[in-house]
Amino acid sequence: MISRRHFSQLMLSASALPFIAPIAVRAQQDEPRRGGTLVYALNQAPPSLISLVSPGVERGISAKVVEGLLDYDHDLNPRPQLATEWDISEDGLTYRFKLREGVTFHDGTPFTSRDVEASIRIVSQNHSRGRASFANLESIETPSDHEVVLRLSKPAPYLLRALPADEVPIVPAHLFGEGDPTGNPALTAPVGTGPFRFIEYVRGSHVLLERNEDYWQAGKPYLDSVIIRFITDGAARTAAFETGEVHIGGGASVPLSDLGRLIDENPHLALETRGQVYDAGVNRIEFNLENEILANRNVRLAIAHLIDKDYIRDTIYYGYGAVIDGPFAPEVPYYTPGLPHYEVDVDLANRLLDEAGYPRDANGVRFQIRIDPRPLADTDRPTAEYLRARLAEVGIEATLRTQDFAAYVNRVFTERDFDIIVNGITNSFDPTIGTQRIYWSENLRRGVPFSNATAYNNPEVDRLLLAAAVEIDPKTRFQQFADFQRQVVNDLPDIHTVSQFRYTLYNTRVQNHTVGATGINGNFADIWLAD
Amino acid sequence: MTQSRRIFRSLLRNFLQAIPTIFIIVTLGFFMLQLAPGDAADFMAAEAGSATAETMAQLRSAFGLDLPLLSQLGSYYAGLANFSLGHSLRYGMPVSELIMQRLPGTITLMAAAIVLAVSLGLLAGTVMGMRPGRWPDRILSVLSLLFYSVPAFWIGLMLIVFFSIRLGWLPTGGGYTLGAKLSGLDWFVDRARHLALPALSLALYYVAIYARLVRASVIEAKSQDHVRTAIAKGMGRYRLIRVHILRSALGPITAMVGMHVAGILGGAVVIETVFSWPGMGRLAYEAILSREYTVLLGILIVSALLVIAMNAIFDIVQSLLDPRVAVR
Repeated sequence: MISRRHFSQLMLSASALPFIAPIAVRAQQDEPRRGGTLVYALNQAPPSLISLVSPGVERGISAKVVEGLLDYDHDLNPRPQLATEWDISEDGLTYRFKLREGVTFHDGTPFTSRDVEASIRIVSQNHSRGRASFANLESIETPSDHEVVLRLSKPAPYLLRALPADEVPIVPAHLFGEGDPTGNPALTAPVGTGPFRFIEYVRGSHVLLERNEDYWQAGKPYLDSVIIRFITDGAARTAAFETGEVHIGGGASVPLSDLGRLIDENPHLALETRGQVYDAGVNRIEFNLENEILANRNVRLAIAHLIDKDYIRDTIYYGYGAVIDGPFAPEVPYYTPGLPHYEVDVDLANRLLDEAGYPRDANGVRFQIRIDPRPLADTDRPTAEYLRARLAEVGIEATLRTQDFAAYVNRVFTERDFDIIVNGITNSFDPTIGTQRIYWSENLRRGVPFSNATAYNNPEVDRLLLAAAVEIDPKTRFQQFADFQRQVVNDLPDIHTVSQFRYTLYNTRVQNHTVGATGINGNFADIWLAD
Repeated sequence: MTQSRRIFRSLLRNFLQAIPTIFIIVTLGFFMLQLAPGDAADFMAAEAGSATAETMAQLRSAFGLDLPLLSQLGSYYAGLANFSLGHSLRYGMPVSELIMQRLPGTITLMAAAIVLAVSLGLLAGTVMGMRPGRWPDRILSVLSLLFYSVPAFWIGLMLIVFFSIRLGWLPTGGGYTLGAKLSGLDWFVDRARHLALPALSLALYYVAIYARLVRASVIEAKSQDHVRTAIAKGMGRYRLIRVHILRSALGPITAMVGMHVAGILGGAVVIETVFSWPGMGRLAYEAILSREYTVLLGILIVSALLVIAMNAIFDIVQSLLDPRVAVR
């Protein structure tokens, strides 16, 4: 029972609340608050929960449970994680790491150099990107329990940036003994040294992580638990953000068409665009250079003069992303501004096609061509439709084909039965790892997805790529990649349109979610929830 | 006693008939997935965003894709003979476990949708049929036409917009509140809240069908002699509907529901995606996209068994409702 006096007291304190609350909130903003459950949405459920054998969607989960040797600030400068000190020899061939002492895995076993050795060995043999990062690795030595030495056959100027938790996760050696790691149960029930312990994985629904009470960073993490929900439908994710059921999501959480409205209408939602370097990518239109018409540079040049990249950015990408002329997104450290730019010029395009020997026939058609948009991003098909309309203007008749993702990959990279594809590619943390595979003539390999699909072959570009891959002087390397970008833009094996817009969408209750270069793929140790 | 013996015999016959059905489904399913270009290794590598020739070879041998086609199918059958549905590399667990995790979700969703569809359909149909041409009949007719013609995913999204975002009454998706350790009534209420919208969006299309079906049956029943006699004798309105009219309307409905089970299972794919409902439909869809035949065939087998079992049950229910329809 509430007596009258109590009731009026209640009313009094309730009316005073609005005046007190803002001060209380401000005080809380400064002081991380412990407790709470963070709900984190992923667009897809990955095959495994740690990125030990594959660099897919699992990168969004991996680092929360399993840590890496290094972590990075927003400018990609390394910071200690499981390695406390590191040192690279003058010739760039020896990497020494001193490891953190007193760290234990979630199952109680102590963390030692043998775990690092086993992890790097697995990554360098099984992980598709890790194979490239560690291509020059000759041997791994473990002089003591807390020291690791990597010896290389050739310099690898990108290697120090290749070691975040979501690229090279350090797993306990005793769980990954001899044998094929791909079927290992610890891939879906991971054990690591990270701020959160793995509790359960319900396929198609969620992953539950709980605070690691014995985490080596005393006082962290702040959260009690993290729930990672797999929501495959874009509209469903939008709804879950709107109602506050989901607190944070990375990559492309909601369709670009919903994004502006969502931020405007919901003051509790906000965008973070930092922390995307490792996922920076570009959208491209690629030509099959084995097609005899498209092998003619003038034809490709004519097509380049038809494409209005600003229009693509503003209508298909709703104004998000940056118009680009070369193969690197602006976030990539080797991005070079001022590359050749092909202005929209329909007359010039018509002239170039006439000169190339493809006049219009009686129906005004020069030739026919097929376009295959990648059936993954909802922006690739509209881009293909735009391209078809532009091509029609100069008498090139294009047909669009539709297929699912596996069929598309098979058609492009195995059957090579395509003319033009609308595609995207991740630049990743270094051009040698993320971009070389697209333009290096020796990576024209049938059956390997996201290799050199255009069949581009320029010895000068090969030379620049291979030289930059082992160049330890940063200035020379920057120049090599600048020359490479200029050459590719000049040769037009593909046309780059807009950089991929990637962002973290978060509820404003979530604090400290983006503290370094890996962004939402980081370990969440610093995250806390405000009221 | 003869009744229960007949039921037992009918179940046995259904079971025996299931064996060749499953053989055909497995073989067809296997080869149809082969017809689709691209294989599981292509998908997995492409999904990861990068690959090398070596990792592709590793993936192919892990999936067993480097073996001849017939020996892949042969070893699948060998596993099946040992009651094993094989292993999913993509999900990193045995297919049977994978399906068992999802099966309760699908059955719950299906059962709730069927119950909703039948009860709402009976209610609406009776209201319409008792007074055809009046305004409740008109309004419900328009509504049922709407539900019949609008795709389920759109209805689902609109329900989310209205009940979850605008009103904030129900969750937007998922099977239960994650991380909350509930028990007893709270547990049930939580599940029911999550189930309400997906079950309703799946059911509405069938509500429309059953409502029209019941309406026709009711109108027909009303003009029959025994009903007119009952009215003349002054039988109460509700008793009349319950005993004489609905009973004859239930027959065709039960037959239709039996036929619709497979359709509801198919419709679940879309609903499960919209509501992030952890069921088998989405798993099947993902298995096709990722070309993983062990998962797909496992789901096909389980779904086929489910549909056969449901049909057997509806046969029995029908014979109980109407003794003239004997269990064969």
